[in-house]
Amino acid sequence: MNGVLQLVIYLAVLVALVKPLGWFMARVLEGKAGEAPLGLGRALGWLERGVYALCGVKTDADRRPVETGWKPYAAGILIFNAIGFLAVYALQRLQHTLPGNPAGLGAVEARSAFNTAVSFATNTNWQGYGGETTMSYLTQMLGLGVQNFLSAATGIAVLAALIRGLARRSSSTIGNCWADLTRVTLYILLPLSMLLALALVSQGVVQTFREPAKVALTVPLSYSEPVKNDAGDTLKNPDGSDQTRTVQVTEQTIALGPAASQIAIKQLGTNGGGFFNVNSAHPLENPTALSDFLQVLAILLIPAALCWTFGEMVRDRRQGWAVLAAMLAIFVPLLFATYALEAAGNPRIDAIVAHGDSASAPDAPAGNLEGKEARFGVAASARWAAATTAASNGSVNSMHDSYTPLGGLIPMWLMQLGEVVFGGVGSGLYGMLMFVIVAVFVAGLMVGRAPEYLGKKIEPFEMKMAAIAVLVPCALVLVGTAVAVAIPEGYTTSNPGPHGFSQILYAFSSAGNNNGSAFAGLTANTPFYNIALGLAMWFSRYWIIVPVLAVAGSLAAKRVTPTSSGTLPTHTPVFVVMLVAVVIIVGALTFVPALALGPVVEHLQLVGK
Amino acid sequence: MLTQLRPALVLFTILSVITGVIYPLAITGIAQVAFQGKANGSILADTAGKPIGSALVGQEFGTSDPAAAPALAKWFWGRPSATGPVPCTALNLDKATGSSGSNLGPTNPALLDNIKARLAALDAADASVGISRTSTAPGATGSAAARRATAVPIDLVTASASGLDPHISPAAAEYQVPRIAKARRMTEDAVRDLVRRHTHSRTLGVLGEPVVNVLTLNLALEQRAASESPR
Repeated sequence: MNGVLQLVIYLAVLVALVKPLGWFMARVLEGKAGEAPLGLGRALGWLERGVYALCGVKTDADRRPVETGWKPYAAGILIFNAIGFLAVYALQRLQHTLPGNPAGLGAVEARSAFNTAVSFATNTNWQGYGGETTMSYLTQMLGLGVQNFLSAATGIAVLAALIRGLARRSSSTIGNCWADLTRVTLYILLPLSMLLALALVSQGVVQTFREPAKVALTVPLSYSEPVKNDAGDTLKNPDGSDQTRTVQVTEQTIALGPAASQIAIKQLGTNGGGFFNVNSAHPLENPTALSDFLQVLAILLIPAALCWTFGEMVRDRRQGWAVLAAMLAIFVPLLFATYALEAAGNPRIDAIVAHGDSASAPDAPAGNLEGKEARFGVAASARWAAATTAASNGSVNSMHDSYTPLGGLIPMWLMQLGEVVFGGVGSGLYGMLMFVIVAVFVAGLMVGRAPEYLGKKIEPFEMKMAAIAVLVPCALVLVGTAVAVAIPEGYTTSNPGPHGFSQILYAFSSAGNNNGSAFAGLTANTPFYNIALGLAMWFSRYWIIVPVLAVAGSLAAKRVTPTSSGTLPTHTPVFVVMLVAVVIIVGALTFVPALALGPVVEHLQLVGK
Repeated sequence: MLTQLRPALVLFTILSVITGVIYPLAITGIAQVAFQGKANGSILADTAGKPIGSALVGQEFGTSDPAAAPALAKWFWGRPSATGPVPCTALNLDKATGSSGSNLGPTNPALLDNIKARLAALDAADASVGISRTSTAPGATGSAAARRATAVPIDLVTASASGLDPHISPAAAEYQVPRIAKARRMTEDAVRDLVRRHTHSRTLGVLGEPVVNVLTLNLALEQRAASESPR
């Protein structure tokens, strides 16, 4: 009961924040140089104008940045992202020669560094490495932390360009990419991150440059390990068995670092890359129920509010509500289903602990707690799993790999829907608007009218671009999975049977939709996975961004046809149902066969005798 | 294309400095002043000032080896941990290990084996102080699981997500109270009283789950034992 209440409170707070934040973001995206609401223009306007001066961004007589067409906009975005990729790659490869490395970590291996650089430039934040053992503080801050901001700003900028394309008539321009990137970073992402970071530190998230702390263990531990010679060969006893020695452990080393500042933007920017290996399950990354609530709220906050921003910018708020309603119509049932499936638990474990028949304490936790933290329990863990995969966030506060088969199917399917149910900041909504174009086209065919959206005729060019944007991720997931299971390099799974297949399918679903979460038992820090998943992330991001901007440019140039009795209204419940149906049908038709081989078979094994 | 390169480079440099240097330094500065202990890992120190743990990071008190269990009967056990080379390793640079879950799937035989081993160790610890969990009721037959009189709270036998979970459920603490009381020659009520003091209820009555901090509870038990021991 309390679990359901936690989900309801979450949804209520989220929806309540949509309007104020959505309004605020619309003001930022439509504002003049140096102007922003809530006094931010006064505080940071000088900085914005300074950036423009240094970058050579011209402003017109009305103090608005001079806009460009979609091609220069797209070129700017791509160059900017390429620089980000190169910078992260270089930092990882050179971190051992740079300051900000108190733990003395070495350079990151080349293919792993490639994977990570693509991952953070594309807002995916897939992590093949363990944060505390691989990345120096400087790499985390200046490489990964910066990309958390800039990849999120990229998503919102591309969305802003698409919305302008929809809102304008007979226009040859869709915005200025430098101005959009600057304003989104300075006025939206930075202030929200500062507030969240300080709230997280108050809960116990670490924020320090001290080296890892050594503390004494109350109960010393020991383990045995094989004895090796200098060549790395295990020495043998006379009887042929391996020589082992016992190692005493009397200290625990507590990994520290500037985590809070990075976690704040990792959640707000739907990045999801953890400071520590286990991400937001780590007690120093997510120590309390309150820090958990704030972080999970931050996951969906901006993607949800951008729906309002959209309605505001096209001067028809009903359109924004309609898209938000479609997202919620898919998300809410899946959220509660994840909770119910995890709360029902694993029958095989319950049989061992005699969790039904024998007397158990009335307040004893129930459900599948393998891979979940006690302070979060089943409800807050399932809530996070649904939110992080609905959005293309990919952070975790529990280990999805250990979920029940169907409890793990839902997060996987939420990613496979194309990350349009909230999705990434900006990218989720522009992806959803591509589905809207498909939906009005299908509806137009059904009623025999030329399809249009917001008064803009949808013609073959828009349909082709929308089809590319919708189908590229599907192809990446299925082709990637097929290649991985066809070659021995793909079998680095940690679980036998259909769950092993699920681990591979999950990895490509995550990379091919720029999510970043994992069934983490898969050893993905291998040459094959580093390259294959890196390519999947790259294609998935930029093969959508470019078609979206092309649609923006094409729509901006069109005239607006006046509404007539033949116009299909796109703010009605009928259209919301239509849109939901298109998203679900594409997602279901494409992935049901693959899901049947993995989680569905495993479920049948679990419940069958 | 080239005309785009200059603004891209300049903007990237400026925004990198703002978001990658100024922002984290500013947050660190404020955090170090306003939340000094929490920003540095919530480190606990003994009376001599020696660091003896983090209030937020679990330490291993239990085992899944029945032979080792009796020696550990006097401690509250936390969540099983899947970190290597020893449980609750927060960072080991030599072995390149840190926080980690088991990542065992729900049908993986290894998951069930781990749970059975942990259960056997818990029973061995109980047996060493004379507690039996097997039902003596005449109708109790069948497998060992079916004959258990008390269900084991599931968080005591399943690995946490981080491998560093500092908490267990109040039910998991209550399950261990009789054992701790016998092993330490305390009354059960005295143990329960300590458990209560280290229990955190749900935030605002609704968020998260009620939990007991295992490390601070065990440190309190030791402190109590030290102050009562004859000098």
